[in-house]
Amino acid sequence: MKKKLPLFALFLFFFSLLLFCHSSLAFESDELLVDDEEFGLEGGSKPQIKPHEPAPTRSTTTTTRRKVSDQDSDSKIQFSLEHAFGDSDFVPAGTFSARLKTSSHGGQTLTKLRFSRNAFTGEDKEKFEKLLQDDDFYRIRLPSNTVSPPGRDYIISSVKARCLPREGLDEHFVIHMEGVNILAVNYGAFGACSYPRQLKLPHKWSFNSHTVLKNSEQAPRAPIFAEEVLGENGEGEIIPPPERSFWAKYWMYLIPLGLIVINAVTQAMNMPEEGVQGGGQTQQSAAAIQRGPGSAVRRR
Amino acid sequence: MDWHQQYIGKVKHAVFHTQKTGRKRVVVSTEENVIASLDLRHGEIFWRHVLGINDVVDGIDIALGKYVITLSSDGSTLRAWNLPDGQMVWESFLRGSKHSKPLLLVPTNLKVDKDSLILVSSKGCLHAVSSIDGEILWTRDFAAESVEVQQVIQLDESDQIYVVGYAGSSQFHAYQINAMNGELLNHETAAFSGGFVGDVALVSSDTLVTLDTTRSILVTVSFKNRKIAFQETHLSNLGEDSSGMVEILPSSLTGMFTVKINNYKLFIRLTSEDKLEVVHKVDHETVVSDALVFSEGKEAFAVVEHGGSKVDITVKPGQDWNNNLVQESIEMDHQRGLVHKVFINNYLRTDRSHGFRALIVMEDHSLLLVQQGKIVWNREDALASIIDVTTSELPVEKEGVSVAKVEHSLFEWLKGHMLKLKGTLMLASPEDVAAIQAIRLKSSEKSKMTRDHNGFRKLLIVLTKARKIFALHSGDGRVVWSLLLHKSEACDSPTELNLYQWQTPHHHAMDENPSVLVVGRCGVSSKAPAILSFVDTYTGKELNSFDLVHSAVQVMPLPFTDSTEQRLHLLVDDDRRIHLYPKTSEAISIFQQEFSNIYWYSVEADNGIIKGHAVKSKCAGEVLDDFCFETRVLWSIIFPMESEKIIAAVSRKQNEVVHTQAKVTSEQDVMYKYISKNLLFVATVAPKASGHIGSADPDEAWLVVYLIDTITGRILHRMTHHGAQGPVHAVLSENWVVYHYFNLRAHRYEMSVTEIYDQSRAENKDVLKLVLGKHNLTAPVSSYSRPEITTKSQTYFFTHSVKAVAVTSTAKGITSKQLLIGTIGDQVLALDKRFLDPRRSINPTQAEKEEGIIPLADSLPIIPQSYVTHSLKVEGLRGILTVPAKLESTTLVFAYGVDLFYTRLAPSRTYDSLTEDFSYALLLLTIVALVAAIFVTWVLSEKKELREKWR
Repeated sequence: MKKKLPLFALFLFFFSLLLFCHSSLAFESDELLVDDEEFGLEGGSKPQIKPHEPAPTRSTTTTTRRKVSDQDSDSKIQFSLEHAFGDSDFVPAGTFSARLKTSSHGGQTLTKLRFSRNAFTGEDKEKFEKLLQDDDFYRIRLPSNTVSPPGRDYIISSVKARCLPREGLDEHFVIHMEGVNILAVNYGAFGACSYPRQLKLPHKWSFNSHTVLKNSEQAPRAPIFAEEVLGENGEGEIIPPPERSFWAKYWMYLIPLGLIVINAVTQAMNMPEEGVQGGGQTQQSAAAIQRGPGSAVRRR
Repeated sequence: MDWHQQYIGKVKHAVFHTQKTGRKRVVVSTEENVIASLDLRHGEIFWRHVLGINDVVDGIDIALGKYVITLSSDGSTLRAWNLPDGQMVWESFLRGSKHSKPLLLVPTNLKVDKDSLILVSSKGCLHAVSSIDGEILWTRDFAAESVEVQQVIQLDESDQIYVVGYAGSSQFHAYQINAMNGELLNHETAAFSGGFVGDVALVSSDTLVTLDTTRSILVTVSFKNRKIAFQETHLSNLGEDSSGMVEILPSSLTGMFTVKINNYKLFIRLTSEDKLEVVHKVDHETVVSDALVFSEGKEAFAVVEHGGSKVDITVKPGQDWNNNLVQESIEMDHQRGLVHKVFINNYLRTDRSHGFRALIVMEDHSLLLVQQGKIVWNREDALASIIDVTTSELPVEKEGVSVAKVEHSLFEWLKGHMLKLKGTLMLASPEDVAAIQAIRLKSSEKSKMTRDHNGFRKLLIVLTKARKIFALHSGDGRVVWSLLLHKSEACDSPTELNLYQWQTPHHHAMDENPSVLVVGRCGVSSKAPAILSFVDTYTGKELNSFDLVHSAVQVMPLPFTDSTEQRLHLLVDDDRRIHLYPKTSEAISIFQQEFSNIYWYSVEADNGIIKGHAVKSKCAGEVLDDFCFETRVLWSIIFPMESEKIIAAVSRKQNEVVHTQAKVTSEQDVMYKYISKNLLFVATVAPKASGHIGSADPDEAWLVVYLIDTITGRILHRMTHHGAQGPVHAVLSENWVVYHYFNLRAHRYEMSVTEIYDQSRAENKDVLKLVLGKHNLTAPVSSYSRPEITTKSQTYFFTHSVKAVAVTSTAKGITSKQLLIGTIGDQVLALDKRFLDPRRSINPTQAEKEEGIIPLADSLPIIPQSYVTHSLKVEGLRGILTVPAKLESTTLVFAYGVDLFYTRLAPSRTYDSLTEDFSYALLLLTIVALVAAIFVTWVLSEKKELREKWR
């Protein structure tokens, strides 16, 4: 009996664990399927692209996705990135694809943004080299509304072309979203681009893209205190003059006092000597010390 | 040190009150929505009330001989103020459905017991209001009958009134109403095929004149004996050319009215046979007053005409043009421009005859009282409507003075001493005393006309709505010079916009004068061509003036100056082309060097778009213009129309100095401030919540704040405040922004602070690295690098709503900062920036306390002693300007609205100079005493030594 019970409990535990794993696996597989599809679609068609999604936005979206995926209707959308060399016209340069998530209270948000860039053609390369030579702008644009592009207008962003070349061409997108609308896109080099910009040709003519989706942060609330704390703070708010130490306050009195005391002490030390010896060399030298070395020197 | 000046603005209406009360006053209402009672002898303000911005005064009058009645807010608010002290007696709100011309009529003879009636026609209704308590006695709605009331006429010596108006544009209605109870006695209507347009002029109690829709026929409407009759008179029949703009001017002359045609005015009289005849023809600069009734129903009116540098004032008896009661000619400063309005008033002379005085409103908004051919007093009321302020240094004190000047000053000196002698011997007359005072003031240190060592004395150059520029001395606030900007023939309605410092000589400070650039435009729309004027700030002379062919939507002073120290300016026109000024080859060569480093941004608040631009190439046009450049859009930020609306955009002051980039925290740690000149703060709100507070629920209101780099359009910081709404007032300085808004959830105003720190420099903490030079502190900063920044924010409650926010600025930026908050009570509150520090916590550690971090509280303290304005009010506060003095601890503060206030502030006390109450005598006495003590002790010790030696 004694042995059976823990065994039974162990069995029960494993069983429940299995059940749990199973249920979570079922969830996982449902999600993964979609993921796989997306990966396959992009990875298959354009092998030179390295889709990159940064951790911060992703982590937030995945956590919410679990909970509400049942009620939410997801749909996939695509919108294109267009670029221009200097003042040339905008031409398509890549595609963003994302999932449009409609939350239960009607708001729509984009999640799981993927980006695939078209490779530079020979002509593009020449144009880009020209930009590098002239230290001119490489410009991109995105629609301001991802559901019904271009929305009100295109969102434009530019960077000095010389900022992009590293090993390959490093680019960094920060897309500021408000629902399905794009507010702004910050486009630029991944790292620093120090001035004066040096002319440098990339080794590889392929883009290394990083994209970040950003939504607005919540502002911290004003601190609200209980009444009593408020009262204390209320009093404390009238800045009391910084409390100075005793020495800082009264040094001007203490120093003369100290001097007087020292003076008096030396006087007092001299007095008994004078009384005992009644003049002579020692008294003289003591007086000399008291008067200072000048007189002592003269005396000798 | 401080000064405060009170103004009222350009006078719209004036009502004289001379009977009984001993002190004679005039009550005026102005375009700054001020009601004021002025002393007729000196022009001082007895009392004054500044109504709100939207509370425009429509009419004023005096009722019962003791109440000033004002109608305001488009005829919806009627107030009575006690005449002697300006206390409000009662206030009534008049409701109505439709907009109509607000009319105020205070009949003198409609009296019931001690009450008298006030008739107000506004919002489509006619109201009769009791003048004792403001009770609405009866209301008659004319809007229901779709009649637009044009005039309310009181019939002589009866309690009946006529109300005339149009229904549509051609149906004329005349109602006869018993004023006592609102009973309709008679209603006549008649159609006029020609239709009516514009104002009506009442010629007699039963006849009025208006224009037909073609504006070429004068229509005389008489409604005598319950019958309406129209009579048409073609303007060409009067021998006048009726092409162009014809307009009937509102006037109250009996039997006569004024028509303005193009640029001249016609006085037309209605003869006894109901014929119209031209009495007089004058140019448009001539101004006529309303009729004034004096003794036994006699009438008079004043005509003011310009003649060279003189102004002729003639007072004529009613109806008789060729007779003059008074004719005076006064010398007028041409800086005052034209006469805009005149009001007359009569008084009894010592010989019991009738005298007249005139209150004249000039083009420069000044108010003059003219009596016996002399200007008794004047008020510079343009200073109530300041648009822009800048400062200028005063001339450097010159060593060599010419002989003529010495002689002159010698004479002055002698005279001054004679006066002073008189004063001390008690022989001085009151005028002499005043002269002595003036001399004292002039020679006093603070009001000298030269630069001082501490940089306290400056000229405040202010631009006003009247197109007049004033230079105020910062010492005592007196007007050093004033200049009414020259009006070119090409433009008849110029408006001024901004002031910029054009030339500030440093190298040639001795022989060159600084100048300011005034940018204006011809007309109201932003596409109107721009006007540039250059004004010398020492002499107040207009050096030059151009009418440009392009518009100026934006003006950008560049951080470059040419060899004459003229600052380069870029003007952006409405086609987004930029124009470089000054147009010199030197300027262009400087500009070419920096060609690729010039960026700017534009905020289109209505569209919700912010764009960044850069210079592209020279303008391609038929006319080759070397100073014109095409631009291109580099970046754009588009706010969704349905969720965000831009309500505020604030950038850093261009001339702000930051002393240190690093901030040492209590943990011996260094934080680097993210300091960029190209930072823009933008606040957007939900469109639903963009109205006034209370118009939206907290759930549908939000406020989003952004910090944007204006070179790349990068959003550095974005934060949403849910349940908050505008208005937003913000100030951006160094690496922080402070903004003020309303929190709908907490039902309180809040202030938030956000500080930005640069993380990319955070590694430079290693001393060894610094020593070896392996740091990036001296590397040039590029906006194209991806910034690694962190932001810190904190929010506090704030009691007041705010009219303006500014921050103190000092010469080197070492002194700690104070926020200057213009409160709703029209005062300026100085709040230490330390209270708005995001690192505040509830229980700061000992180290943090030593650093000066204040324990966190939920609201910002308002310490009564920290009101910069003390007990004074800067009525109608609109802006606060801070200028650094040369002394690092001190900043100069100028607050303006209807009133002006100037003071000096030392946010961290005057640590770099001795205070004014420092006792130099005591210092000297101490030194003398010490020296004496040294001598005494020395002598004593010598003596003692001698004695020792003899022993």
